[in-house]
Amino acid sequence: MTIKLYDIAHSRAGDKGNTLTLSLIPYKAEDYPLLCDQVTAEAVKQHLRDIVLGEITRYELPNLPALQFVCQQALNGGVTTSLTMDMHGKSLSYALLEMWITV
Amino acid sequence: MKATVRIGCGAGFSGDRLDPALVLVQQGNLDYLVLECLAERTIALAQKRKRQDAKLGYDPLLERRIVSLLPHLVANKVRLVTNMGAANPLAAAQKIIDIAQQLSVSVTVAAVTGDDVFSLLSGSEVALETGKPLSESGLLVSANAYMGIDAILPALATDADIIITGRVADPSLFLAPLVHEFGWSLDNYNPLGQGTVIGHLLECAGQLTGGYFADPGRKDVADMARLGHPFADVSSDGTAVFSKVSGTGGVLSLSTAKEQLLYEVMDPSRYITPDVVADFTQVRLTEMGPNQVKASGGQGQARPDTLKVSVGYEAGFIGEGEISYAGSNALNRAKLAGTIIQERLQDYFTDLRIDYIGSTSVHRTNFGHYPDPYEIRLRVAGKASTAQQAALVGEEVEALYTNGPAGGGGARKYVHELVGIVSTLIDRHQLTPQVTLF
Repeated sequence: MTIKLYDIAHSRAGDKGNTLTLSLIPYKAEDYPLLCDQVTAEAVKQHLRDIVLGEITRYELPNLPALQFVCQQALNGGVTTSLTMDMHGKSLSYALLEMWITV
Repeated sequence: MKATVRIGCGAGFSGDRLDPALVLVQQGNLDYLVLECLAERTIALAQKRKRQDAKLGYDPLLERRIVSLLPHLVANKVRLVTNMGAANPLAAAQKIIDIAQQLSVSVTVAAVTGDDVFSLLSGSEVALETGKPLSESGLLVSANAYMGIDAILPALATDADIIITGRVADPSLFLAPLVHEFGWSLDNYNPLGQGTVIGHLLECAGQLTGGYFADPGRKDVADMARLGHPFADVSSDGTAVFSKVSGTGGVLSLSTAKEQLLYEVMDPSRYITPDVVADFTQVRLTEMGPNQVKASGGQGQARPDTLKVSVGYEAGFIGEGEISYAGSNALNRAKLAGTIIQERLQDYFTDLRIDYIGSTSVHRTNFGHYPDPYEIRLRVAGKASTAQQAALVGEEVEALYTNGPAGGGGARKYVHELVGIVSTLIDRHQLTPQVTLF
């Protein structure tokens, strides 16, 4: 069956200029391998294709456990000059959690 | 040397709430209180205020914060470290002395300066974001380097009760007192890395204690209206136990700590500060009890020879207008209004953004599975070089009342001045940090 990331993980977005960071933290540590397996940089790039224009890099932090995604060109120029309402892209953590995975 | 040092963080940004810091100072049994009040663009805005009045340019809430905190800081012997000096630490220090005299309190204030490197830049330096010369971004208005603990330590070595800085790296505000108390060597990188982990966990204040975390039914946070801010008990080996004042609201758990540890971190194995290149990948978080999390294992490597500089530039103006549509076919009426605005303004704006709030305005997509909402708010934004031109956006949106689709209501219009920020690097030896005592 398919579930949303929202069902098994939480996330917080951060910004640096026009770059977005997204953590992905499973509620249960045993779900971490599932996230590593399915929530690849390529899968996130596909999911956020309307939002993230640049490259996405994934970092693994097995001892937390958590994943960190760093997304380039994701914030319409960034906090100081963006025309968007969410200039920091803070709401984008919940865009990531909209992604479906198979369990 | 103390066995442990307790550092609290009472503010995580310039506009943060005032009460949690007061609770920390009154009931937190702190050694140090840190107030982190300087975001990237905050200092550029502060530079503009300083240009209008040489006595200004420090944090707009400084006076209210100091008036409420000062008597308790003195009574409880808590040292305050803060970057509320923003663009003008000297004026901020003088202001604190003035407040202290009015309150009949005796304090020594140390102002840390040297971060303002505007005069050192020619404009030909390369912006990290664009790869182009800084001056191509627009008229430059400010340049402030992120200084590190080497700028703060001399101030801590004085008998100053309050240390007020301009731009320093956020974790350095916390690492400096730890180095000062424990005598960590500046080339012993693992304690500096672990101290940077502590600073990074504390620096956003309420974000560690459940602020910006709650999702009802999934991530519940108790008593958020009285959210407490965090403190850390740090041992001389850098191990830290994070907690909050008992009786305050919020939650400090493994989950809140993990979110904060990764917040705004690019490469977790190379978190670059002026003090150390910290490695977060070996950090161990352990829940010790309710609202109590231990952190250890942060590591580090030698600090970089360059410092990051935030450069502010004039980026023109943004004009905005909003109007609401409700009931049947609201989204289509709003979209018709958007099309009309697009046609009326396209000759004046190269970059016009039209959002349908309630539909797809935030992410430009709803991932395909949400029904039409009952109400939609149209929002239009455009950039312009003058305030007058920017105002056209709001004027046209307001004119939809009698020149647009049926049932529009509640028009609002705004014009904001934009301050842009780009970054560059500077050789750290070009800076001369200074401490001035008041």
